[in-house]
Amino acid sequence: MGIDLFRIDDRLIHGQVVVGWGQSMGLGFIALVDDEVATSEWEQELYRMGVPPEMDVYFKTVEGAASALSDWTADERPGILLTGDIDTMHRFIELAPTVRSVNLGGIHYRAGRDLRLRYVYLTPEEEAALRLLQQRGVVVTAQDVPSARPVPLDDLLATESAR
Amino acid sequence: MSSAGLALVAGHGDYASGLVSAAAEIIGETSAFVTMSNRSLGADEIERLMRELVSSRGIRVIFTDLPAGSCTIAARRVVRSQPDVTLVTGANLAALLHFASHEAGTAYEAASSAAERAKASVLVVGSPDGN
Repeated sequence: MGIDLFRIDDRLIHGQVVVGWGQSMGLGFIALVDDEVATSEWEQELYRMGVPPEMDVYFKTVEGAASALSDWTADERPGILLTGDIDTMHRFIELAPTVRSVNLGGIHYRAGRDLRLRYVYLTPEEEAALRLLQQRGVVVTAQDVPSARPVPLDDLLATESAR
Repeated sequence: MSSAGLALVAGHGDYASGLVSAAAEIIGETSAFVTMSNRSLGADEIERLMRELVSSRGIRVIFTDLPAGSCTIAARRVVRSQPDVTLVTGANLAALLHFASHEAGTAYEAASSAAERAKASVLVVGSPDGN
């Protein structure tokens, strides 16, 4: 088991993760990788509040997550590793090059981002960062919920943007 | 309208508009509620919209769907900075109906009473062995 999903989702822990993926995967733990949340007890309590008691949540900085990855990988329970943005996932994979796939779960509208899917908006810089991950052998797909079809990065970026 | 003033109902998809629509079927059109959806919004945008509604409409109670939902996360941030706002998670139709007819007390009291009504409205009818 270990970490079955490396997900970028700007909502971090929320309904789709806890209920949607959680029930589908029989999720045992969530690794939330965020430098700010990892240093704030209030933020951690906020995200822990909605998680069922049988599910563990680990809060780590990027460096802390890279150090903990081997332990998480050896865990017998299925887990999800979450980052809130592409840059954080990028920095994590720089330190943890064994990661082979990344799920785009929710990157929502912000000024400068163009629509790719209803739950994926990207700036040109973010597109380039995802292409770089792909060039390094990481399979990047977009999929918000388990029942949805995974959309490969090439298909995602081939869609007409709203730019 | 409730003595506690306006309430914001927020959640996934059409949860909020659906609940308020259902409430209107029962008690008639009501101005007690403002609705918002998290559809297509990131965490920052959900919080920004929620703060804007709370501020511009004088909202003192927020009803949300899931305790782990993104609207609940945003609402908890609002409550942290505005202690006069009360959050009720896991809200249902019974909660909204009770809130809309609440005629006395503070926003917190109205929210607490609505939450109790919501809990009491969830029942299991049937037998464990199916007979």
